[in-house]
Amino acid sequence: MSAPSITSIPKPRSPYKARKTGNFELNSWLFMRGSGLLLVVLVFGHLFVNLMVGKGVHAIDFAFVAGKWANPFWQVWDLAMLWLAELHGMNGLRTIINDYATKDTTRFVLKTLLYFSALIVLVLGTLVIFTFDPCLDPASTLEVCTNR
Amino acid sequence: MDVTIKILRYNPEVSEDATWESYQVTAEPTDRVLDALHKVKWDLDGSLTFRRSCAHGVCGSDAMRINGKNRLACKTLIKDVNPSKPITVEPIKGLPVLKDLVVDMEPFFDAYRSVMPFLVTTGNEPTRERLQSQADRDRFDDTTKCILCAACTTSCPVYWTDGQYFGPQAIVGAHRFIFDSRDEGTDQRLEILNDKEGVWRCRTTFNCTEACPRGIEVTKAIQEVKRALIFRR
Repeated sequence: MSAPSITSIPKPRSPYKARKTGNFELNSWLFMRGSGLLLVVLVFGHLFVNLMVGKGVHAIDFAFVAGKWANPFWQVWDLAMLWLAELHGMNGLRTIINDYATKDTTRFVLKTLLYFSALIVLVLGTLVIFTFDPCLDPASTLEVCTNR
Repeated sequence: MDVTIKILRYNPEVSEDATWESYQVTAEPTDRVLDALHKVKWDLDGSLTFRRSCAHGVCGSDAMRINGKNRLACKTLIKDVNPSKPITVEPIKGLPVLKDLVVDMEPFFDAYRSVMPFLVTTGNEPTRERLQSQADRDRFDDTTKCILCAACTTSCPVYWTDGQYFGPQAIVGAHRFIFDSRDEGTDQRLEILNDKEGVWRCRTTFNCTEACPRGIEVTKAIQEVKRALIFRR
């Protein structure tokens, strides 16, 4: 007599096929919360300093940016803002692609484009923050350049 | 009163397409949608197919999409679904429809099975029952109410687009044992739900909590599993 052919739950206490999944999704979930909180501080701090302190929005020009990036504090601030915002946005789009792209190929193409664009923004942005030279133009009349 | 029931009919032996069909029935405002469906099946069109067993909100057989929301037909009163307009009845979304309002529940039960919904213990069996304090029992009381009707899982937009996601119900089923002080399989269950298709797919849209005919706080249960994963070490 054959056993009844009912698909049933595995016998209790039968060893579960343990698959080590890693904590990537857990960490990415935590990162979204942490980076979100930090970005609130960084972005509003950035807006406050740029738009409200001193002459406010009217002070913003090439020299203003040059002056800010001559200070390592603002370099680190902007770097943190760049990396956190880009990774936060990238991770959000990654989950949206996971949610809505049903075909494996679509998902692969979209994610490749996403990671590629994020990489370009991160590398270029970081490069600009650290190699920015307001006096690249020898004819520059900016105060920081003429006083050298 | 006269009520129009508009049902999404599907019969793969006749047509590949599902079509809407309307039926006029006489019903009391305090009748249930299930009574109206019975009238359709018994008096108007015997080919109408739907599941129902206990008809009193306990067995979880007759979950369906009524006026766009997942409900149990046996717990939904006609007067609560605006009978002045046609009441739409569709099969629950995200599971393969077999006929009319009957869906294939196997993918749903597979997800439930994969979270090990049974007591896992080690060591010798005690000679008497496994005792538990009232507080320990209360910890997971909410998720013991689940009747496996699939209303939550098939209301979840992530489940609609991604059939790999465990779905709210499987997480509720896991929650019931994860927070049971007598159970020793917590680590295994948490590891299963830490998967790419596990709790992290949840976007907290609260559709599941709204859909649950038992009033289980499904989204809260999912969040508690997330918390348990984060603080488990």
